[in-house]
Amino acid sequence: MVTGGRKRIINMAGLALLLVLPLLAEAADSPFFVSVATRVLIYALAALSLDLILGYGGMVSFGHAAFVGLGAYVVAILAHHQTDGSFIPFLPGAWNGSTQALIQWPLAMVVGGLFALVIGALSLRTSGVYFIMITLAFAQMLYHFMVSLPTYGGQDGLSLWPRSELPLVDLNDDVSFYYVALVLLLLALVAVRRLIASPFGMVLRGAKQNEARLVSLGVPATRYKLTAFVIAGAIAGLAGALLANHTEFVGPGMMHWTRSGEILIMVILGGVGTLYGAIVGAATLLLLEEGLAGLTEHWMIFLGPFLVFVVLFARRGIYGWLAGREAGDD
Amino acid sequence: MTDAILEAIGLTKCFGAVTASDGLNLAVKRGVIHALIGPNGAGKSTAVAQLSGEMAPDAGRIRFEGRDVTDWPTHRRARAGLQRSYQITSVFPAFTALDNVALAIQAQRPHSFRFWTDARLDDSLRAPARAVLERVGLGERAAVKVTDLAHGEQRQLEIAMVLATGPTMLLLDEPMAGMGQAESRRMMEILKPLKGEVSILLIEHDMDVVFALADVVTVLVKGRAVATGAPDDIRADVAVRRAYLGDY
Repeated sequence: MVTGGRKRIINMAGLALLLVLPLLAEAADSPFFVSVATRVLIYALAALSLDLILGYGGMVSFGHAAFVGLGAYVVAILAHHQTDGSFIPFLPGAWNGSTQALIQWPLAMVVGGLFALVIGALSLRTSGVYFIMITLAFAQMLYHFMVSLPTYGGQDGLSLWPRSELPLVDLNDDVSFYYVALVLLLLALVAVRRLIASPFGMVLRGAKQNEARLVSLGVPATRYKLTAFVIAGAIAGLAGALLANHTEFVGPGMMHWTRSGEILIMVILGGVGTLYGAIVGAATLLLLEEGLAGLTEHWMIFLGPFLVFVVLFARRGIYGWLAGREAGDD
Repeated sequence: MTDAILEAIGLTKCFGAVTASDGLNLAVKRGVIHALIGPNGAGKSTAVAQLSGEMAPDAGRIRFEGRDVTDWPTHRRARAGLQRSYQITSVFPAFTALDNVALAIQAQRPHSFRFWTDARLDDSLRAPARAVLERVGLGERAAVKVTDLAHGEQRQLEIAMVLATGPTMLLLDEPMAGMGQAESRRMMEILKPLKGEVSILLIEHDMDVVFALADVVTVLVKGRAVATGAPDDIRADVAVRRAYLGDY
């Protein structure tokens, strides 16, 4: 039980660091770092949602960036019609969008969840490598669909202006935006932690460990896996909504399969089935990119061996190495 | 046949040129232990897989509790009280023994779409799970992770999970497989008191076990039931001796 204390210390230290980070950045006279850290938080949220289905449901989704991209497009399209004054096509009634975060972001989650429902319902008819391939194929379909949709910028994407509006908080202020992203990440973390400990979570984890056994005990496992997939899609959609605000631009590149790969790498680097590892993995990958990309454009050369090292020697990734035996659960 | 809890009628299943079930007829009476014996490759496990719903027969019907369940998915049959164990132990390896049994109890609930309460603090799951573990002699091992349990204990755990669902009928595919003498005897002691309470279709290789436990024995050869009767009659049946038991 001493190791449990170690996990607690790591988590508390991490939380403290995240809470004071903007102050540190200011003290170090590098306010740019707040923006980098916000990006880490947003990708951590996406990686967290992937860890839910990968680490606890055994579903290796290789199309997770599609849900992030959909969430981002929801925000950009709603803002686009609002500033344009035009109506959103194919919707009943005449609605010219919104710039309100309280409307945009929940809608981003709904759209992410709905697409996850459709993609998941079809993908979950398969398993293993076929599941990986079919989620990848769906994501690429969405990518090519957005590339060929000139209304919303096609290949060039859409600029987001202005950023979403929240009551009382100015998202144009980088520090405020950082804390909004942090609060949302922490809320998601608490919710997913409760989820995996709940009766629903036990069924999901049972399906990962031995689906045939679960079914022969009387549980229609696919329904539970699909529900988890939809929840993950919704959280990824929220990450997308934040990402659109962060980059102030939305393009089909966000949904490209290499982005799905990056989110997958974050989960594996940080530690599959740990949840906290999603934050560590996102930070590691993005900071490595930030640091090494300045030195050489072939920075991936360094990432490769590092990833191999982590996969071979740390079963629960970097977080597992930091937090010890209690880092994760199956 | 009205007192049969489970009936297979003309069950047929082919894998390419191999006929694993060849018009198999079987009727398990309520409350008895019905042993299914036969040489390797006779189609015993295939028969169980079709009865449990994990494998769809090419032809034939399956009736359980008077209802035609041939088209029911596995989880629906399980919920109706038809539970199975596997020849190769099938449990949730990363969970503790108690988690395994609690999940089995949870599996009988109308649904598990409850997202916020902690399942491990739910006494309505944990208390009955503990009781079942006590019943199979694993009470002391409740908090142990499955991977740290001995082989025999894992097999006992699987029986505990199946019992925890409150079944009316069990399909047990070689519950003593890979067990030592002492473990085997313990498993017999777990199964014996179930007689009358639960109907059991038991696949078993060990003839001492079969003749000690079973009320009825069916001999399966090449996917067909060639003989059915009381253990003593089967032992005496010359055809069976030739096909399976050898001349002892």
